[in-house]
This record gives sequence, C-alpha cells and structure tokens, in this order.
Amino acid sequence: MPILKVEKLTKSFGGLMAVHNVDIELEEGELVGLIGPNGAGKTTVFNLLTGFYPPTKGEIILYKNGKEKHLQGLKPDIICKEGLARTFQNIRLFKDLSVLDNVRIAMHKNVKYGLVSSFFHLPSYIREERKLYDASMELLSIMKLDHKKDEFARNLPYGEQRCLEIARALATNPSILLLDEPAAGMNPAETAMLSDLICWIREKFKLTILLIEHDMSLVMKICERIYVLDYGMVIANETPELIKSNKRVIEAYLGEDVSDA
Amino acid sequence: MRNRLKTLINPNIIIRIISLALAFTVVQVLISVNVINSYLQITLATICINIILAVSLNLITGFTGQFSLGHAGFMSIGAYTCAIITMRYGTLWSFILGVFLGALLAALVGFLVGLPTLRLQGDYLAIATLGMSEIIRVVFVNLDVITNGAAGLSDIPQFVNWIWLFVFTAGVVWVIANFLNSSHGRACISIREDEIASSAMGINTTRYKVMAFTFGAFCAGIAGAMYSSYFYVIKPDLFGFLKSIDILVIVVFGGLGSITGSVLAAVLLAIMSTFLQAFSEIRMILYAVLLVAIMIFRPQGLMGSKEITIGMFNKLGNMFSSKKEV
Ligand SMILES: Nc1ncnc2c1ncn2[C@@H]1O[C@H](COP(=O)(O)OP(=O)(O)O)[C@@H](O)[C@H]1O
Ligand SMILES: [Mg+2]
Repeated sequence: MPILKVEKLTKSFGGLMAVHNVDIELEEGELVGLIGPNGAGKTTVFNLLTGFYPPTKGEIILYKNGKEKHLQGLKPDIICKEGLARTFQNIRLFKDLSVLDNVRIAMHKNVKYGLVSSFFHLPSYIREERKLYDASMELLSIMKLDHKKDEFARNLPYGEQRCLEIARALATNPSILLLDEPAAGMNPAETAMLSDLICWIREKFKLTILLIEHDMSLVMKICERIYVLDYGMVIANETPELIKSNKRVIEAYLGEDVSDA
Repeated sequence: MRNRLKTLINPNIIIRIISLALAFTVVQVLISVNVINSYLQITLATICINIILAVSLNLITGFTGQFSLGHAGFMSIGAYTCAIITMRYGTLWSFILGVFLGALLAALVGFLVGLPTLRLQGDYLAIATLGMSEIIRVVFVNLDVITNGAAGLSDIPQFVNWIWLFVFTAGVVWVIANFLNSSHGRACISIREDEIASSAMGINTTRYKVMAFTFGAFCAGIAGAMYSSYFYVIKPDLFGFLKSIDILVIVVFGGLGSITGSVLAAVLLAIMSTFLQAFSEIRMILYAVLLVAIMIFRPQGLMGSKEITIGMFNKLGNMFSSKKEV
C-alpha cells in the first residue's frame, strides 16, 4: 500500500529546472534511498515535499487512513502536522536552546493547554508540561542524549547534533521521515551507529523513511530501494544490487569503482 | 504524594511572592518616611513604566526575534485612551477601564499591523513598524477634537500611585515570564532561533509572531496608561520614534532575551539619568558616552540571554556556606 505518491513534480528556479517530472512512490514502512550527484535536486525534492517551496507543477499525495490528501501548496507547519518530518542537510538545530527544549518545541503541536493557562500556569499547564517533559526525556533516552538534556545544542559534538536533529524530527510524531545526508561529516564508527539507529527507529516508530545520502556503503546496506536523481530527473528506481550495475547510474554518479564494492 | 504537592506548590513561586511583597513593602515604607521624596518618586514611576515597556518589547524583539521600532506607538494608544476616559468620568473605575481599554486597543492595532508586516524580515520590519508608529502619532496630532492636537492633553486625573505601578509592573513581568516558560513561549523563541526549522517542526510561525507582537502591544498600552495617569500631561511628540529607540536601548542594554536583564537595565538607566540631571546641559552626551562604553565592554548586554534566577542565589549561598566550613 503506498503512503506517499509524488507525480510529475517539477520545480524551476528562473530558467533552471532543479526538479523535473519526478515520480516517487513510497510504500508504507519502506526505507528508500535518494541519491545523485551534487546539485541533482535531492534537497529541492525535500523542500517541495515539506512545503518550503511551492512546486511549479506536479502533485504530492499522502495516503492516510484510507484517504487521499494533497500536500502541494500547503505550508510547512501543516505538512508537519500531516505526519512528514525532516532533518536538514546543513544542521538547523535551535542552537542556543537546550537539548530538552529542542525536542519539546517539536512536540508543541500536541500540547493541550491554551494561552491563559500559559500566562497563569494553571493546573492544565502543570499537567501538560509534566507529560511533555516525560515524553521528551523518553525520546532523548532512546537517542542516548538524556544525560545532556540541559546542554546547549550548539555545544554537542557534531555526531550528536545529527542525532538530536533526528530526535527532534521524531518528536513531531511523523509517519514519514525525510533524512537529508544524516551521515555527512561523521566518521565510520559514527556512520555504522547511525545506520543501526535508522533501521531501529523505523521499526520502533513504524516509519517510512526517505534517505538522501552520499555514503554509498550506508545507502546500499540499509535501503530496500533507491531512486537516482540526475539533473533534476529520476534516472533509476531499483534495488541496491541493480543500481550498482546500472550503466546510466554508474556514468552519472557512482563511477566504475563502486560497482565492484 | 509529597512530590505531587511539590509540583503543585512550586517553592520558586513562594520565593517569588515573598520577594515581591518585600520589595513592595520596603519601597512603600521609604515613601512614607519620605526617603523616596516626590522627586525620586518620579524616577520610581519612570522605572516601573520602562520595565513594562522593555520587558514587553523584549518579548517581541529579544525572544521572538522580530525587530520592532514602533513600541512607543502602542504606548501612545494606551496613554490617550486612558486619559480621554478618565478626563470624561474621573472615577477610579474609569481609570481601571481606561487601562484595559487602552491596552486592548493597542493590542488590536498591534494585531492589525502585525498580520501583514510580520511577513517582512529584519530591517524591513523595523521600517514598517517605525512607519506605523509615525502614522499613529500623526493621527493623534490631527484628531484635535478629542486629542487636542499637537498641544496634547493636560490635567489628566492622576490615579497612578506606587500601588498601581507595582501591581501592573509585577503583573506584566510575571505573566510574560510565565508565558515564555511555557510551550507557547518556547514556540516564539524557536522562531528567533531558526524560523525555517521552527515551521518544519509544526509551528505556525506567523501565528506566534503576531501573537507575541499583539501581546507586547497590549503591555505597551498598559505602560502608556500608567504614564498618562501618573504624569497627567501627554502630547503626541512624547511618543515619537525617539521614545521607541529609548525602549530599545533598555532592551539591548539589559540583554536581548533576558527578562531580568530588561528589569535591571530599566532600573540602572533611570538611576543613571536621574544622577546625570545634575550636569544639565551635557547630560545627554554623558548618557550616550556611558551607553557606548557599556556596549563596547558588554556587547551582549548586561545579562546576555541569561536570567537571574533563584537557583543562582542558592548556588551563591552554598559558595559562602562552604567557604565558612573551610
Ligand atoms: N532557492 C534556490 N534558488 C535558486 N536555485 C536553487 C535554489 N535551491 C536550489 N537551487 C538549485 O537547484 C539545484 C539543485 O539543488 P539541490 O536540490 O540543493 O541539490 P542536491 O541536494 O541534490 O545537492 C542546484 O543547481 C541549486 O543551485
Ligand atoms: Mg542537498
């Protein structure tokens, strides 16, 4: 059963076709890769899916509880509430806030007390803040960040900042998670841990994951299916094995050496 | 069970209430024994009004990250509304009504102005809010039938005394501090930190920007009402863009994103300018020089984005007590 269907998605910046007639279909629970050379339009696809750009053309359809929902043209906060969460290629944490606050803010949309309660800290504030705190700490301990809850996000080492970004995305309670180069800048040990983490959170939170990544060992190891983007167009959509031997993909992106890796 | 009680009756709240009561009583006693004479009472009123203005502008600029240069405009709406109502009816109830109506009107204007302009970023927003406060000023100049034009209103009934100043100042600071320490407040702060990430996390950034702006305008309206009812003379020129800059100076001086910083800065700057009155002619120059000097040595403001907390005093206390043991 598909959970997300992207049809003829197109985005042009002036004369530049950053994304051109892209079709993507995600099955529920799938872990899919999105690869391609720099400037191929991968991040732009994410920005289109999450509402940061309106598409020039095309449709984004989310299937939720048996109903179709068109996401194109909606604003990012609405799309987040529909269950799409993302991380950013160039980490975008709330740097001067604590680790705990980063996660709590992402849970804000589910908070059930009003402004008056926030002005006067009425009982509903106390009750809901406690729930919020407990839920945040539970998530942080899953991500092994609970001991750093009061640390400023900017003071975390690089790898942990990436993890915190994933934790923050999970805090929005998504059904689809979009990861934009989560392993960028990580050392091999960290990358190995990340790959376990991605697989594990997929099971634990019943996620469908779309993953942009340049680290081919990671992508080939964990993805069930891979889309390859080149000059804004999908040039392949196959399993990792077939991708490795796909002529066009090798020419456009992988190069000869990866095919025997 | 004990834990339950502890969360319901937060010890910090009790300490806050006690210290506020203490501050109120001490000042009240100093006034009645005339240590705070009628001259110093003016400084006291200025401090309280500036605290309301600075803390509420800090909510907009320091916490939500929206650069506003129009705070004096909202203040003038509160000032005129309260003045006109109390001049007509002259009762205490009309004063209370005036304060809230003034604040509500300021909030309404803030909402209507905020809705379109808060889509603008940085400098553009600053210019738009500056323009808005100039429009408000010009409206007050030209509505001579009720505002007496450029000459302004005088003989406004004086209802504001230390008690009212205290109630409204403490109330505004308390409520804003509570707000910022809630999920809604954190939503505002996340916009300052990274608006794009904030909206990606499901926060309706326009809504929270407008909310902070409206709420800040409401508080500025209260400050204006306090002003007109304490100083009993107002005219449009008092609420020009220089006044907005004055408020911004307090906020920046105290630290963008620090409530206690704004309070501290309002107190220190008022004391500084009272002291400088003695140097009549060169006092504005001295004031400016002092500000420049302070900003060179502490560009992040007195407090940065940190707060003075009760926990800090506990730590300080522990430091002293452990020293004694040695
Ligand atoms: N906001 C923008 N304005 C203009 N051009 C853009 C914008 N965003 C991306 N592009 C262009 O679109 C192309 C695809 O970029 P991007 O999606 O970031 O590539 P990738 O993530 O695959 O490396 C690039 O040529 C880039 O310069
Ligand atoms: Mg990219």
